[in-house]
Amino acid sequence: MASNAEHRLRKRLLRIAHLTGLFLAMSLICLPGLWIVLNSFRPTVEIMAKPPVWIPNSLNLDHYRAMFGGVGEGGVPVLTYFRNSLIISVTSTLVALLVGMAGGYAFARYRFKGKAALFVGLMATRAVPGVALSLPLFIIMARAGIIDTHFGLILTYVALNVPFTVWLIDGFFRQVPRELAEAAEIDGCTRWQAFWKVEFPVARAGIASAGIFAFLTSWNEYALASQLTRSVNSKTMPVGLLDFTSQFTLNWGGMCALAVLMIIPALVLTFLVQKHLIAGLTFGGVKG
Amino acid sequence: MSRLKLPPWLVLLLPAIIILMAVVLVPLVLSFYSSFTAYQLTRPDSLTKWIGTFNYRKAAGDANFWWAFGRTVLLLTIALNLEMLLGLGLAVMVSKVTTGQRLLRTAMMFPMMFSPVLVGFQFKFIFNDNVGLVNNALQSLGLTDVAIPWLVDGHLAMFSIIFAEIWTSTSVFAILILAGLYAIPQDPVEAAKVDGCTPWQSFRFVTLPFLMPFIYIAMAIRSLDVARAYDIVQIMTNGGPARRTELLWTLIGRTAYVDARMGYANAMGYIAILLSIFFTIYFFRKLTAARSELGMGV
Repeated sequence: MASNAEHRLRKRLLRIAHLTGLFLAMSLICLPGLWIVLNSFRPTVEIMAKPPVWIPNSLNLDHYRAMFGGVGEGGVPVLTYFRNSLIISVTSTLVALLVGMAGGYAFARYRFKGKAALFVGLMATRAVPGVALSLPLFIIMARAGIIDTHFGLILTYVALNVPFTVWLIDGFFRQVPRELAEAAEIDGCTRWQAFWKVEFPVARAGIASAGIFAFLTSWNEYALASQLTRSVNSKTMPVGLLDFTSQFTLNWGGMCALAVLMIIPALVLTFLVQKHLIAGLTFGGVKG
Repeated sequence: MSRLKLPPWLVLLLPAIIILMAVVLVPLVLSFYSSFTAYQLTRPDSLTKWIGTFNYRKAAGDANFWWAFGRTVLLLTIALNLEMLLGLGLAVMVSKVTTGQRLLRTAMMFPMMFSPVLVGFQFKFIFNDNVGLVNNALQSLGLTDVAIPWLVDGHLAMFSIIFAEIWTSTSVFAILILAGLYAIPQDPVEAAKVDGCTPWQSFRFVTLPFLMPFIYIAMAIRSLDVARAYDIVQIMTNGGPARRTELLWTLIGRTAYVDARMGYANAMGYIAILLSIFFTIYFFRKLTAARSELGMGV
């Protein structure tokens, strides 16, 4: 009997430890973000208060109003940055998806010499650190006159995303049984028709999540954008965040407001595809 | 005139190859060439001034460079290992929860959506010695009444950066390891239990080997953009105080754009690139090995 009670006690202790650990971990994960969101609604006086104000007594939309209010009085042209970010991310994602679909299909369906080497080579290009790549790109783009344009950044981001979209889409096409397309071909489809009418619809959800991954990469990229953009012509939001800093001061409230604007689309998109995304990464990697 | 007939796989891969050549390979060749010249951004004609391996010899004799190099390797080693362990722990904890798991899983992915710049600013704010969350909390709880200089002291700054880096990237490991935990076949785990293994033994000798490929996938994915730490460091400390948090990447950025010494920066950049590519190939190799061990790969 004694050992039974001891066993039960141990089990209960383990459960308490488990829940406490989980709670602590989750607080660490969530608090920093929530702190940013909270501060975007607080007036600067309260953010800077000493001793700190823990229970906010006046929440308002001042920082958002200032942010969208335009360029006057030290304002940052947030809407322009938002538009730049959107144009660049969407276009580069679409192109990277098309290129990635072609490449992923080739890796999933054809056997050829040097396939593994080509695959790792493709991945290795993604490993080049942004800063190191930005130096020669800066020189070339300055010569070609496409620095500080949407086109230059779109081209760069397509190259940045292609290895990853190829990897993910390759994994999804592998999950589509080869026989499916073969059956369609026997029934009189051309290979092209078989692809669009049979294989593509089956892998569609996976391709969409590869797209969202690519979108998030472009949406959040900073190291290259900070060198390849110069003005409101092409500055994206991550670079725009720096507009809230001056040499000695930081406009924390305003920055938090822009941060919230950056996170919301990312949050919604990730939420939509989380399941497919994990499946894509693990299937592509484990069964590849 | 006979038309060159390319195999279909090459046609399909051609767009990817062309775009990567144009945006990655050609610039890399250029940067390789310019690393042998005295190229300065402000003097375009200096691109043709060939100085041989001078830049590389200079880097090899530059104490700042080697400190940054060592610090980068140290940061990556600490961060990647801790992320792996914490991710494993988090995944195991979440997988044991019975209700509300979906919600936990979503919350777990939260940091992945943050732009690294944003993470940098967020932790610059949180570790701010004057208005930051950490110091405010410590002072309100009466644990200390001095403002701890999180980002001003060399050691504390390095700690803060590693904290930020781990905060963003642990979820990559946790999510993928969690996917691995779901995929584990139950038979071997139950067989181990029947054979009298303790929970620790069955975790160590049955579950963990099965998880290894998933851990290597996470490592491989992370190694593809280890340089995201650049954004975080750049924002939080910009390599300061007095170069105590200078990493290879921030050193390169400063040499190139602030000092305008492109040739020298490219020489250092090449060393950083080789380091990254080495990491990537290493983990992809490990992944293939772990995969074939489980008999999954074709």
